[in-house]
Order: sequence, then C-alpha cells, then structure tokens
Amino acid sequence: MDALILARAQFAFTVSFHFLLPAFSIGLASYLAVLEGLWLRTGRGVYANLYRYWLKIFAVVFAMGVVSGLVMSYEFGTNWSVFSDKAGPVIGPLMAYEVLTAFFLEAGFLGVMLFGINKVGKGLHFVATLAVAVGTFISAFWILSVNSWMQTPVGYEIGANGQFLPGSSWTAIIFNPSFPYRLVHTVIAAYLTTAFAVGAVGAWHLLKDRANPGARTMFSMAMWMAAIVAPIQIAAGDAHGLNTLEHQPAKVMAMEGHFQSHPHGAPLILFGWPDQAAQTVRGTIEIPKASSLILKHDPDAALMGLDTIPGADQPPVAIVFWAFRIMVGLGFAMAGLGLWTLIARLRGRLYDSPLLHRAALAMGPAGFIAVLAGWTVTEVGRQPFTVYGLLRTADSAAPLAAPAVAASLAAFAVVYFTVFGAGFWYVVKLMGHAPHAGESGLDGAPIRTAGITPAPALTEGEPA
Amino acid sequence: MIDLTVIWALIIGFAIVAYVVMDGFDLGIGILFPGLDVGPERDTAMNSIAPVWDGNETWLVLGGGGLLAAFPLAYSIILPALYAPIIAMLLALVLRGVAFEFRWRDPRHRAFWDRAFHTGSLVATVAQGIALGALLQGIRVEGRAYAGGWWDWLTPFSLLTGAGMVAGYALLGSCWLVWKTEGSLQDKAYARARAAAVLLLAALGAVSIATLGLEAKYHQRWLAFPGILATAQVPLATGVVSVLFFRALAARREALPFFLALALFGLAITGLGISIWPDVIPTRVTIWEAAAPERSQWFMLVGAGVMVPIILAYTGWAYWVFRGKVGHEGYH
Ligand code: HDD
Ligand code: HEM
Ligand code: HEM
Repeated sequence: MDALILARAQFAFTVSFHFLLPAFSIGLASYLAVLEGLWLRTGRGVYANLYRYWLKIFAVVFAMGVVSGLVMSYEFGTNWSVFSDKAGPVIGPLMAYEVLTAFFLEAGFLGVMLFGINKVGKGLHFVATLAVAVGTFISAFWILSVNSWMQTPVGYEIGANGQFLPGSSWTAIIFNPSFPYRLVHTVIAAYLTTAFAVGAVGAWHLLKDRANPGARTMFSMAMWMAAIVAPIQIAAGDAHGLNTLEHQPAKVMAMEGHFQSHPHGAPLILFGWPDQAAQTVRGTIEIPKASSLILKHDPDAALMGLDTIPGADQPPVAIVFWAFRIMVGLGFAMAGLGLWTLIARLRGRLYDSPLLHRAALAMGPAGFIAVLAGWTVTEVGRQPFTVYGLLRTADSAAPLAAPAVAASLAAFAVVYFTVFGAGFWYVVKLMGHAPHAGESGLDGAPIRTAGITPAPALTEGEPA
Repeated sequence: MIDLTVIWALIIGFAIVAYVVMDGFDLGIGILFPGLDVGPERDTAMNSIAPVWDGNETWLVLGGGGLLAAFPLAYSIILPALYAPIIAMLLALVLRGVAFEFRWRDPRHRAFWDRAFHTGSLVATVAQGIALGALLQGIRVEGRAYAGGWWDWLTPFSLLTGAGMVAGYALLGSCWLVWKTEGSLQDKAYARARAAAVLLLAALGAVSIATLGLEAKYHQRWLAFPGILATAQVPLATGVVSVLFFRALAARREALPFFLALALFGLAITGLGISIWPDVIPTRVTIWEAAAPERSQWFMLVGAGVMVPIILAYTGWAYWVFRGKVGHEGYH
C-alpha cells in the first residue's frame, strides 16, 4: 500500500475516534449545565444527584476527547504537510482562535468543575460548568468553520508561492457558504447523540426499577430532547443537503446514487447497490421523481448525474450512498422514538412501558453511528479534494515513506483500541450503576463521597 | 513600523516556554512516579496536578496551532522531519492523559494505568528532547519541503538532549511536589530535586558544548568578540541560580526551589534563543521566510491580544483555587 492511502486511513481512524468523544461531551456539558441550573433554582436533590452521576462520566469522556484532539492538531502537519503549507494562512488562524477562545476556556474551568465543588461557592461553580459548556460550543464553531471552508472555499487569493492567502474579509472566510448549515446540523447532532445516550441509561434503570427518581428524570429529559430536536434535525439535514447541491453537486449525486442525468425528474433510490465501474446502481428500489421533489421542490425538475463529472473527479459512490442511508434512517428512527414517547406521555405511561424502554435502550448508540455516518458522507463525498475543487488529496500529503506511516498507523490502532476500549468500558460500568440519593456532593456532602477522584471513595467501594 | 513576524515569533516562543514549564512539572511527576509508594504518596502526587494538567497541555496545542497559523511553512517542514518523535509524543500523551481519570475508575487495573502514566510521561519527555536536539542539529530542506530520511533525527546529540529533558522535567516535578506536599513525599521530593538538578546541570553543560560544534553560526554567536561579553552572562547566571537553588534546598525552603528551577529553565531557553535567532528552522529557514501573510498575522494578533491576558487571568484564578498543600484525598 502506498503512503497516501495509509496516511488517509490513519487520519480517518484518528479523527473518527476523536469526533465520537466531542459529540458526546458537547451535549453532556450542556446537559450538566442544565442540571446544575435546575438544581440551583429548585433545590431538588434529584438534579444534584444526576449532576454528580453524569459528571463522573463526563470526566472520562472529556479526558479522552482532549488527548485524541491533541493528536489531530499535529496530524495536519505530520500527514498533510503540503496541505498545511498551502492552506495554513487561511485555516491556521481559525484554529488558533479555537485554541484561544475555546480550548483554554474548557481546560481552565474543567479543574474547578470537577474538583472545585467545595472550594468555590455554588454560583462560581455553576459559572465554571457554564464556561466548559460554552467552550465546547465555541470549539465546534471554529473547527467546523475550518472544515466548511475546505468544503466550500471562498474569500481567498492564490499567492505567488502557491499558498491560499486570506482575501480582504475574514468574515467571508469564517461564514463560508456551507458553515451555517454544518454548524447547526452538527451541534444538533451532538445534542441528539447525548440525548439518546442519556435516554438509554435512563431506560435501562427504569427496566430494573421504574420508581428510581433519577432514572425517571433523566429519561424524561432526554426524551423531550429527542421528541423536539430529532424533527428539527431532519429539517436541518434537508436544508444542508440543498446547500450541498448548490456547492458540491457531485457529493449529492453520490448520496443519491445518480450516475445518470435525469432531465425530466429524478427518482429517489431508496436502496440498491452502486457499481462505480459500470456507473450504475444495481437492484434499485426507487420512487419515481421523488428525488427531484425533495431537492428541487418540483417533481419534473432536471437533476444532473455523475455522467457530467469526469471519472477522476468522482467521489467513491458506494460509501457515500450507504453512509447517507444509515444517517437518514437513524434520523427517522430517532424522530419515531420521540413521537412514541410523546404518545406514552399523553397516556401517562412514559415510565411504565418496558417495550418503549427497550426501544430507547436499543437506540442508545444511534447518535454515535449517525454522526460517523454523516461525517463519512461529508468527507468521502468531497473526495478527491481536500480543498474542494482546488487542491487534491493526492497533492496534499506529506512526503512520508510508507513504512513510517504503516508503523505509526499500527501504533495508533494498538494504543487507541486499548485506551479508548478501556475508557468505553469504564463509561459503560459507570452507566450500569443506578443513580441514587447519596450521589451528591453539590449540596454540601463532602467531595470524597462523590468518587470523582479521591482514592478513598474507591477503596471504600464505589457508591452503588 | 512594527514587525508582526517578530511579534509572532515571540508569542509562539512564549507558548512553548509556557508549555515546557507547566506541562514540565506534570510530566516530571510522571517520571518520578515509580519511585513513589503505592497509596497515599502516588495519590497525592496525582491529585496535586489533576485539576491543572489539561490547561497546561493546552499550551502545546497553542504552540502547534500557532505555528501552523503564523509560520505554516515551518509547521509543514518540521512535523514530517520529526515524524517518529512527534507521533511517539502524541501517543505517549494519550496514555498519560487518560491515566488521570482511569486510575481512579478501575482499582483492579490501577497498577496498569500507573505504569501507563509513567511510561507516557517518560516517552513524551524524551520525544520532546529529541525533537529539540534534532532541530538544533539541522534538518534537510529542499524547496518548501523536508528532504531528509526517516531516522535523521536519531543521533547521539538528540539522545543527549532527550536525556537532558528528562532531568529537567524531573527537576520541575520534584520541586512542584516539594511545594505542594508534606511529610514523607516531600522528603523524597527534596532528595529527587537535588539529584535531578545535578543531572540537569551536567546535561546543560554537555549540550552547550556539543551545540558549539554543530554549526559555525552557533560558534560565532556565542564566542565571537564582543558578543561574548553578553552571551557569557547566560552561563554565569546559570551558575549563580544553581548555587541559590542548592542552598534553598538545604534550607528546606518550600516554594523557592520551584521558582529557581523555573529560572534555570528560563536561562536555558534564553541560551537556545541566542543560538537560533532569527531562524524558525535553525540555519535553514528564517521566521520571515516561513511567516504567514500580514492579513493572517493581524487577524490573529487581535485574538491573541485580547485572549491571552484573559486566559492568563482565569488560569491564574484556577491555580489560586487549588492553592496550598494537597492531601491524598484531594484538595482541602
Ligand atoms: C445525530 C446525528 C445525525 C442525524 C440524525 C442526521 N445527521 Fe446529517 N450529518 C450529521 C449528523 C446527523 C453530522 C455528523 O453532523 C454531519 C457530518 C458533517 C455535517 O455537517 O454534519 C452530517 C452531514 C449531513 C449531510 C452532508 C452535508 C455535506 O457534507 O455537504 C447531509 C446532506 C445530511 N447530513 C442530511 C441529513 C438528513 C436529511 C437527515 C435526516 C434524516 C440527517 N442528516 C440526520
Ligand atoms: C470529526 C469528525 C470527522 C470525521 C469522522 C471525519 C472523517 C474523515 C474521513 C473518513 C476522511 C477520509 C476520507 C477519504 O480519505 O476518503 C477524512 C479526511 C479528511 N478530513 Fe475529515 N472528518 C471529520 C472532521 C474533519 C474536520 C473538522 C476537518 C478539518 C478541520 C477534517 C479534515 C480532513 C482532512 C484534512 C482530511 C484528509 C484528506 C482526506 O483524506 O480526505 N475532517 N475525514
Ligand atoms: C480534524 C479536526 C480536529 C482537530 C484538529 C481538533 C483538535 C482538537 C484538540 C487539539 C483538542 C484538545 C483541546 C485541549 O487540549 O483541551 C480537541 C478537543 C475538542 N474538540 Fe476537536 N478537533 C477536530 C475536530 C473536532 C470537531 C469536528 C469537533 C466538533 C464539532 C470538535 C470538538 C472538540 C471539543 C468539544 C473538544 C473538547 C474535548 C472534548 O469535548 O472531549 N473537534 N480537538
């Protein structure tokens, strides 16, 4: 295998691992802020207990997010040095802003959030939680601006040395055409990911004990989120798709499996097997003219196909096609579960329906899978370019020797599977404990009972 | 006319120095970890940095991200040139970072995560030292890219700087423990601080002498008259600070050794600056050759000008919240 493929595999592997963690911690940080806010307002112990409960999980997830992110920020140079040299003047400053406005904020207040409960007042502690939550959002803002600029580059000039140079307006660069859509869709995705993870934990404990107040509260909160936000996400995804059609039509052709142009209304291919060599989709199940209806709001509108794109500029269709269906399928499943919980609520059976709880449990990982599928659509769909239409992936890579990349890829695989595998296991173990009354540390109980860090809390046995 | 490129060189330099001293004591504690007793000693050492390590490590992200933003050419030459040590450092930092949480989560595997914490800290430190040495000894550049091989970084000189880094971080870590802890752990830390300081001074001397032989430019910078009148102040000051340091240890001062250790680092870094200024890749690429265009520099300067003071303020506050001695059950 050549160094380019290996470098791509390594980048895809590490960034996918990385993103799973922020997808959870962006949502979890906001959820913790809400819980602490509710506790400060109502004084109800259940919120304090839930805060404690999720704080332990957050600490593990966040630590993994930070270390995997550190890797990313250097991998741009180790693997994509030509890209870094060329695009650095434009995207570098945005990433520097991310460090200055987001990473320091998160990291600076994290210590107080995790360990400072008894050292600063309640108000200040809440401020620390809010700072971390806001920091995770700002972080998403900048990195998604960077990524979106690579998808829809605008506002640049090409320098004499071949570099992309910023034009006169940074606002044009930051708020590039796909950025608002990507920001909305991704942040909602993070909230949904968290909602379904929290909901699954709640459901699991309801299955064991429907009277557990913590389990009831978290399940109810998560399912409100699902019921309200999943439909919004479908609308946001639709809008995102229309934006993509405008700026990266080849990506949409791959998502839709449209190898041929359809001048009089294109069918919506639900399933099928894309065969790129033959430039056709085999065994399709399709709805006539529905694709034109969705993408152009007119069943007879013309839609161009990949036959208008030179072979060398086509993305790998099958991956994009399938990843897109996984994401959209999960999106509808999430909305469906949300609707189900609304009905259960109306009937007053939200906490007494084992079938519903089992379904919610099964949907626990849905957000993570959808998020990875979505990014696969985005990133594979823009191939073969890193800066869309301007800089090819093959011309972006560092001058690396294949054995060097192969060795580091193997090392990444070993370390990541060990470390994040263990982390996953710890998170699942923490989730296996039922939330309970003694969880708190916020309402004056000594921090050592909370089990966040002090050793005695463990040696005396984790509160179960 | 202000030279933005110089300002940015100073900002990146500041980020790197901030990283080295702040994560330096975290990594130093990791290096010393096997010598600490299982139980309260290790728990206390860990607790003394648990609330701040993430903030400390963020300076490394600023150093890397800032380099990409302000000196993209340097970023894209240095990282492939130092591929192996950089990847090793990243993986090592993954191991040591998660160990902070994992060792508490899983008492049955605590020994494993303690080893991961130590190995991660040690490997990251050696890798950083090697990276420094490899940069100083010079890397091959052709056009806008690295042109050397995959093992160029490995030389006796880079191994020497790697070892020196271990001694340096161990010194910072032990001085931090002297400051933040009491009892048997503090006694141990005093002893370790003394040993680490001796090793560091030996390494500094050896690296300094070896550096003079690496490139004519270094030789010229340090030894030509009349510049030598200024440059000679660095070794002289190092000598003075060392004497003060050993006396502070002997007097069992608690905070002072840490700050004198910082001063030793400051002097070593000043010496480094004297050797390489105004290059970003020593003797190959100057800061002006690697600089991003003025529009990028201005845009970031606004951000850095506003944010760095704010960051320093709340970072200072976070350290203040966790001031004082730390017990093995966390701060109280
Ligand atoms: C919980 C996660 C989640 C869910 C339920 C959905 N998505 Fe999504 N989608 C993402 C999470 C995501 C993402 C991971 O956040 C992506 C990757 C990059 C981006 O901007 O968002 C994404 C990308 C993405 C793209 C590619 C945009 C581009 O690269 O140009 C499209 C067209 C859609 N989505 C459309 C949809 C539709 C129509 C959905 C409704 C059923 C949907 N998504 C549900
Ligand atoms: C965090 C979620 C993300 C995931 C899961 C993801 C996934 C991927 C995948 C699968 C590839 C490989 C595509 C291929 O080679 O066919 C890729 C490539 C790449 N992505 Fe992303 N990506 C994410 C976010 C980002 C962001 C935020 C950026 C920019 C700041 C980015 C920049 C790149 C670059 C530079 C490449 C390398 C070129 C390439 O191989 O395509 N990615 N990503
Ligand atoms: C290739 C692209 C990416 C790079 C280079 C990158 C870089 C980093 C770095 C260096 C950190 C550690 C910060 C610290 O030390 O505190 C980090 C953490 C984080 N990143 Fe990324 N990141 C990328 C993709 C993303 C994406 C797509 C998102 C969200 C949409 C994201 C959101 C976050 C968040 C919220 C954190 C905080 C830690 C956590 O929540 O677990 N990152 N990232």
